Parts: sequence; structure tokens; C-alpha cells
Amino acid sequence: MNTHPIKLVVLVCEAALEKPLCADVKRLGARGYTVVDARGAGRRGERDGSWDEDRSIRMEVLCDAPTADAILNHVQAAYFRNYAMTVYTADIGVLRPEKFGPG
Amino acid sequence: MLDTVVLFFALGFAARMAKSELKLPAPLYEALSIYLLLAIGLKGGAELAKQNVLTVLPQVGAVLLLGVFTALLAFALLRAGRIAHADAAAIAGHYGSVSVVTFAVASNTLVSQGIDFEAVMPLFLVLMEVPGIVAGILLARLLGPRDATAPVAWGPLLHEVFLGKGLVLLVGGLLIGWVAGSDGLAPMKPFFGDLFKGTLCLFLLEMGLVAAGQIGGLKRGGLFLAGFAIVMPLLGATMGTAFALMMGLSVGGTMLLATLAASASYIAAPAAMRIAIPEASPGLSITCALAITFPFNLLAGIPIYLWMARLAHSMAG
Repeated sequence: MNTHPIKLVVLVCEAALEKPLCADVKRLGARGYTVVDARGAGRRGERDGSWDEDRSIRMEVLCDAPTADAILNHVQAAYFRNYAMTVYTADIGVLRPEKFGPG
Repeated sequence: MLDTVVLFFALGFAARMAKSELKLPAPLYEALSIYLLLAIGLKGGAELAKQNVLTVLPQVGAVLLLGVFTALLAFALLRAGRIAHADAAAIAGHYGSVSVVTFAVASNTLVSQGIDFEAVMPLFLVLMEVPGIVAGILLARLLGPRDATAPVAWGPLLHEVFLGKGLVLLVGGLLIGWVAGSDGLAPMKPFFGDLFKGTLCLFLLEMGLVAAGQIGGLKRGGLFLAGFAIVMPLLGATMGTAFALMMGLSVGGTMLLATLAASASYIAAPAAMRIAIPEASPGLSITCALAITFPFNLLAGIPIYLWMARLAHSMAG
């Protein structure tokens, strides 16, 4: 099947950032996002999700390259210093590219 | 002297320390906390309906001030102990706010000992949730070192504080109870009244598990913070007792206000502080509030505050 190239941006971070991040990615041009609860460990220790402060989320955003860049630049400036956060991108393919393109 | 419900906390605490696999499902904890907040609100509202609310207006101001003062006191102590500015402000915000469960256990203790307290106490609980948090944020932002940190976005923050689960359910419960009165609530009594103690036990079991899980953070906090988390509630309670005497509260009311001033928030405050003071280490606040102050208040604090209230009233004649 013919898929169209698009960027996947994945942000794994503290659950406290869910609300601000949702607003950020929409403002920066993403058409949507998916958030799931997560557990794990990293440089800032284990986050086992047993208490509100220990809860983590994983957010996935599908968008075009400029929007992905804008999101990466923003989270790097706004959150990297003080929050537990991991961000990565991937080139993937989707059907119906207009669903994720610039609004 | 120790209330039976506290034993459930001890059970949870011991189980977690022994690395038992006991775990309460997160949705159950959510459900229990919703139930507790509503039940406390409803009961308080029904009591409040029996009296003229206008008479408590001057007391409202005093209670708001008490919240700010406890935050300031905590901040001063922490800075004296050379805790970093942002951390001190965040921890002060936690101690300025209150713990609903500590309040529930304290009022439960009074009820089981047959000591009366003022009907407005749950309203005071609601009022004391917020001022300490706001004071903590202001301490961080107004007195803090000017660095690259963005200014506080007060809109979303106040939304978070005022429309958080805790305040919505407490205030909502108060209003419903106030409108319905005791008669209107009578059909709900088997659920919201009779089951309250059992639910509190389950909730405390979970709190024991969570608190013990935070003990590891003690190593990072150091001795000074551990000491602070025990001294601060005692000082807060002393201040609360003084305020209660000025406000003319009964022995029961005095003990509850002291407990409120002694307790630290670990639900509303952490969420707000993480966003408002991101440079503060969240682990420090939660370790102090949850792993030390909360158990201390349950096991030793509440009996001490009752003794304190009795002593203050006998001295004041």
C-alpha cells in the first residue's frame, strides 16, 4: 500500500507536563496527539507511577517536518532543564496524509 | 489513644518496607479519594446549614492568614537551613496547604472520644488548601534569583489549583450538604456516613504503601530536612492553636485547626508546584510531606495537638 512520509515525534515525560504539552503541540501546528500512561527509569531515577509525582506519560505526535522541528525546539527550551523528559523522532509512513498535514 | 484507623496505615507502611507485593489498584485509590472528599464536604455542609454562615466571616480571614503564615514560617526555617531558594519555596507551599486525610483522621479521633467541634471546620479545611500554595509560588517568584525561568502563567495555574479534584469535590460536597441539610442527606447516610470509617481505613492502607515507598528519598533530603518535617508540624500546630484561641474555637475546633496548620499537602500542592516552580526538586517536598510529616501527624501529632488544645484552653481559662 502507498504510504506517505511523515514525522513521528515521541515525548516521554512527567505526567505533570501533559496539559501544557497538549496545548504546546497544538499551538505549534500539530493536528492531534495520542497520550498513554507510562512507567520506566532513566537518568532522573525510577518513575514507577505509584504516586502522582511519579507518574509518566508518553505522547506521540504525527506531523510534517517543520512542525516536528518547532516542537523539538520548544520542548528543548522550555522543559529539558527542569523536567524528566526523553524525546525522539522517526520517519514513518501514514495513510491519509491530509489528516496530519498543516492545518 | 491511637485511633484504630491508624493501624491500617501502619500495615501498609510495614508491607511496603518488607517489599510485599501488596498494591492497591490506582483506580481504587482514585475512587476512595473521591469518596472521602465528597463525604467530608457533605457532612460539613449539612452541619453548616444549621447555623448562620455570616457569623464566621471574620474567622475566614484569620484562617486564610494562618495558611500564609505557616508557609512563611516553613520558608524561613528552610532558608535558615541553607535549603536552595526554589526548593524552600516549593516545600513551604506544601506545608502552607493542608492534608485532607490528616484532617479526616483527626476529626475521627475527636468523634470517637466524644469531643465536639465547630461545624465550620470542613469549611476551614477548604479555605486552607490554597493560600499556602500561592504564598509558596510568590516566594519563589518574587524573592527568587532572576534567571532564565519564564514568568508564572497564573491563569492555568490558578485553574489547576481551584478546579483541581480536591477543591471541586470538597466545595461541591459542602454546597450540596448545605442545600440538602441533614434531612436531605438522610437517604445517603448508609453510604456517605456509615461507610466512612471503613473507607478511611482502606485509604490509609494505600497511604502507608505510598509513604513507605517515599522513604528512599530521605537519603537525598538529608538530616536537616528530616528534622524540619517533624519540627515544622509542631510549630505549625502551635501557631494554629494560638489562632484558634484568638478565634474563640472550642477544644475540638482548636485541635483541628492545629492539625490543619501542622499538616502538609501531598495532593494539591505537588501538582501545582511542579508547574509553578519547575526548578525545585519534587522529590524533596513529597518525601517531607508524605514520608515523614504525614506519618508523624497520624502517630504522634494528633494526640499531641489534642493535649495542646486542652492545655491552651485550661491556661486561657
